Amino acid sequence: MSDVLVVAGHALRESLRRRVFAVVVGLTLAFGALYTWGTSELFQDVNNFGPNQFGLDPRVLAGATILGLAMFGTLFLGVVLAVFLTLGAVRGDAERGLLQPLIVRPLGRRQYLAGRFLAAASVSGAYVLIVYAGGVVVTGVLGDWWPSDPVGAGLRLAAAVVVVAALALLGSIFLSANANGIAVLMVFGAGLLAGLLGSIGDALNSHTLQTIANTSSWLLPFEALYRDALRVLVSEVPGVTGAIVQLGPLGGSHDAGPLLGPYTIAYLAGVGALAAAAFARTDL
Amino acid sequence: MPDALAVTGLSKRYGATHALCGVDLAVGEGELVGLLGPNGAGKSTLVKIACGLVRPTGGTAEVCGAPAGTAAARGSLGYLAELFRFPGWASADELLALHQRLAGSGGGAAERAELLDLVGLTEARDRRIETMSKGMQQRLGIAQALVGQPALLLLDEPTSALDPAGRRTVRGLLVELRRRGVAVLLNTHLLSEVEQVCDRVAIIDRGLLVAEGRPEDLARPHGVEVETASGTRAFPAASREDVPAIVERLVRAGERVYEVRLVRSTLEDAYLAAVDTAEAPAGDDRTAA
Repeated sequence: MSDVLVVAGHALRESLRRRVFAVVVGLTLAFGALYTWGTSELFQDVNNFGPNQFGLDPRVLAGATILGLAMFGTLFLGVVLAVFLTLGAVRGDAERGLLQPLIVRPLGRRQYLAGRFLAAASVSGAYVLIVYAGGVVVTGVLGDWWPSDPVGAGLRLAAAVVVVAALALLGSIFLSANANGIAVLMVFGAGLLAGLLGSIGDALNSHTLQTIANTSSWLLPFEALYRDALRVLVSEVPGVTGAIVQLGPLGGSHDAGPLLGPYTIAYLAGVGALAAAAFARTDL
Repeated sequence: MPDALAVTGLSKRYGATHALCGVDLAVGEGELVGLLGPNGAGKSTLVKIACGLVRPTGGTAEVCGAPAGTAAARGSLGYLAELFRFPGWASADELLALHQRLAGSGGGAAERAELLDLVGLTEARDRRIETMSKGMQQRLGIAQALVGQPALLLLDEPTSALDPAGRRTVRGLLVELRRRGVAVLLNTHLLSEVEQVCDRVAIIDRGLLVAEGRPEDLARPHGVEVETASGTRAFPAASREDVPAIVERLVRAGERVYEVRLVRSTLEDAYLAAVDTAEAPAGDDRTAA
């Protein structure tokens, strides 16, 4: 375990000293400032709306929509951070000659992978939770709207980023850094696109599109976690407003069912086992 | 006491390419062995197998009695790769501290200071690696390999980026390590370096061990040359013991003798002869690094 912590600490120190975190914090503050400004403007407009004949609560609709969109932005930023922390962990570092001096130490290859995963998962997961919590607070304070299950949604969002970090680490064993970064971001985009197709499939009652979306959700559970996070965000909003906001921004919300949590844990264990087996057979 | 490195019937194939074809080699405790061979001969592959970076296709490699690649084997060796890089943001001291933690060394600051002093980098203790010259980084690499007092040191082209003064420093360092009982396998192209410091030489070509022995045995005497008034007279079959008789015969024949030279073949001659006569194994396209 101490070897894992040494590797994780080394990876985090590198990010700190290379000013990766400084850039991330700066850009996140800019994102937060824009979100605060946009939310403030939105709720000023919403407060001027009069009563409507459909029974819609515009404050809830505005809050759920803008926070849902912020969740997408948070997920994207967290994924970029996770990918950059892991994209060259094995082959990329081996090609640069950084990995070999570490691997010839008594440290095992599994411990090395675990250390890199721990660093990426903890940083990107914590980042997502902090930014998401900031979004919830800004939305709540400025619009007086609070999500039904803010903790559940945040944990799902963080878990989605952890899944992407695991996939990027697995990819780093087979691909060079650039190829891996591109591949993982394309897989991430493809997963989200499949989710959108599922929403369209639900609206059109298309069995094919629904099957594509469901299959993608199990193959790439970060997508299912994100859509489930959108669901729990507004799961207890009643009436017509609830029916609309439960579609999520761009119709993205989806109930993944009770097995998603255990499946995600099993999925991470499977990816970890595959990565360990592949790395053990890799000549450096 | 097991050998620091014992390699038996070691082979490695990359697809159709045979990098190693049944190599046997041993490095005893405190022995300094030079590994020579042309580019692509399989030297780096052998070193990488010993480190556990590459898996052999056949045969065995043991480090201090433990199978290569196991934690016990890796705990007994230090390694400097031919193409290495250290994190540029770290200082020399931080790098050594990292390797101390990974090697489980309890040497602390005293060990780091000693190693930096050994490679002449005491003044650069807190300097960021990315601001160091390649030669300084190479010396730091040797210090890194020595963290935890390994019984076996595997050095892959450790002087490739060094200037003549740096090479002399490393040669002195190798002699000092031998004095301390550290076994060293030195993979290099510099024959003069091997000739000066190594106890034994192993020459690999196309994955085969084609020659092995002490440098002075490989560089055998190769005749006698005599400078006379009528020119240089060569006696290729003669040895040192034949010199008095040769001179006496020439003087008796009326020659004026100015100089007598004992001609020795160099290690370079031995190396080229070994590499030229080596035959590629059946089905071998060309060997890899």
